[in-house]
Amino acid sequence: MLSEQIIGGFSSPVFDAQSTFRALMDAFARPGSIHAIKAGTQPPPSLSAGAAAVALTLCDNDTPLWLDAALQGAVVSGWLGFHSGAAVAATPADAHFALVADTANLIALDNFAQGTQEYPDRSTTLVLQVASLTSGEPLVLEGPGTNGMASLAPTPLPRHFIEQWKQNNARFPRGVDLVLVAPEGVACLPRTTRIGIVRA
Amino acid sequence: MSTSLKGENAPEIAAYNFAYLDEQTKRMIRRAILKGIAIPGYQVPFASREMPMPYGWGTGGVQVTAAIIGPEDVLKVIDQGADDTTNAVSIRNFFRKVADVETTTETARATIIQTRHRIPETPLREGQTLVYQVPIPEPLRFLEPRETETRKMHALEEYGLMHVKLYEDIARHGHIATTYAYPVKVEGRYVMDPSPTPKFDNPKMHMSPALQLFGAGREKRIYAIPPFTEVVSLDFEDHPFEIQKFDRPCALCGAEQVYLDEVLLDDRGGRMFVCSDTDHCETRRAAGHVGELGAKEAAQ
Ligand SMILES: [Zn+2]
Repeated sequence: MLSEQIIGGFSSPVFDAQSTFRALMDAFARPGSIHAIKAGTQPPPSLSAGAAAVALTLCDNDTPLWLDAALQGAVVSGWLGFHSGAAVAATPADAHFALVADTANLIALDNFAQGTQEYPDRSTTLVLQVASLTSGEPLVLEGPGTNGMASLAPTPLPRHFIEQWKQNNARFPRGVDLVLVAPEGVACLPRTTRIGIVRA
Repeated sequence: MSTSLKGENAPEIAAYNFAYLDEQTKRMIRRAILKGIAIPGYQVPFASREMPMPYGWGTGGVQVTAAIIGPEDVLKVIDQGADDTTNAVSIRNFFRKVADVETTTETARATIIQTRHRIPETPLREGQTLVYQVPIPEPLRFLEPRETETRKMHALEEYGLMHVKLYEDIARHGHIATTYAYPVKVEGRYVMDPSPTPKFDNPKMHMSPALQLFGAGREKRIYAIPPFTEVVSLDFEDHPFEIQKFDRPCALCGAEQVYLDEVLLDDRGGRMFVCSDTDHCETRRAAGHVGELGAKEAAQ
């Protein structure tokens, strides 16, 4: 157990975190764009290498972390605790970040911290592992960073996602932001992005 | 930690991490940057660190640049529009030293441009990041000194006072007299201070392909405008926003529709107007463009 927890972090922590952050920053700045995560990690089973790289880049002992049922257990939390220092959040509403392996069965987005009207930044950023960013049902994205319109086709998505996301938009400036991690790379849906479905 | 970069007796920055900041600080700033991008124009609080330079030197912008920069970046630093002022040279040298990055004066080559005051005349492109050094991030501060109150005003979108202030300008001067740090509304929601840039540059922020990040060190705030985001200068139907107009082209390169600085030529009152953006002026002259003064010199 212990050895599983201490191996597999960034091999070059400073530069791996920098390159992963730039992928995230570009993905937040241009919703719909997909950015490769070049930094390698070897996390325990269930946690993907990409999601692990995002966690190691952004999380530390200042950021309580919520894990979904698929990630709960000593191995993943031990690995994240060892490599990032992040403690597990008691409830989703206390989480600065949420790591989700079973995205299709995610609890409702409004369980997580939404920030306040004065401090909308005090919200949870959800890191969702998905199988693909390009082979799901195409979503049309509008809002800052999309230059009119962008698209993304992530799969799987949480239940009633389009409706949940509309409610998230309606809470602006409060609301959660999503980081979608797939083998192709990372894409982000900040709370400003409006989502529609392509109708055939 | 409070060593000056320029002081003769300043000890060398002994052992520092890549890009000077420790990793925990970078993570904190990076988290703030992502929140800033997700909530365009909203001021995200962050725990600003001491930097080895005085506050007036743009420590907020320096911290933002330090948190994002990597070995593959090419950095340009401008103060006013110039690459060669003491402040710009010091910051450029700082990053060359602590991050070993390539630096440039060419706007088109840079991946990160740190600025105080100006947005380059050369249109920015997708993938570039413009980092502003901001002295006073709160546009409502001169109307309301209490932070708790300005936060509430932003929370409730209560921007009436700001319009009153601009309207008082009109009553007194016949037009809106504010020429620097002219307030903008971002994506129809937050009123934001575009740092001490001249209002001439405000239209360049609107739908810019580049990512714009703002760092205020002393005031501990980070905010952002994502690429392709609506940025509207506040105005009134009967007094629409207008940028400064210059009644002559640059004396050196002949450029029109650029921001000009007045330069004194001698102590008898001789003066000329030249591009504030030195890289833009040099690039134009290298391409053969000649202004009034250049033409006179050539004729002599
Ligand atoms: Zn010129």
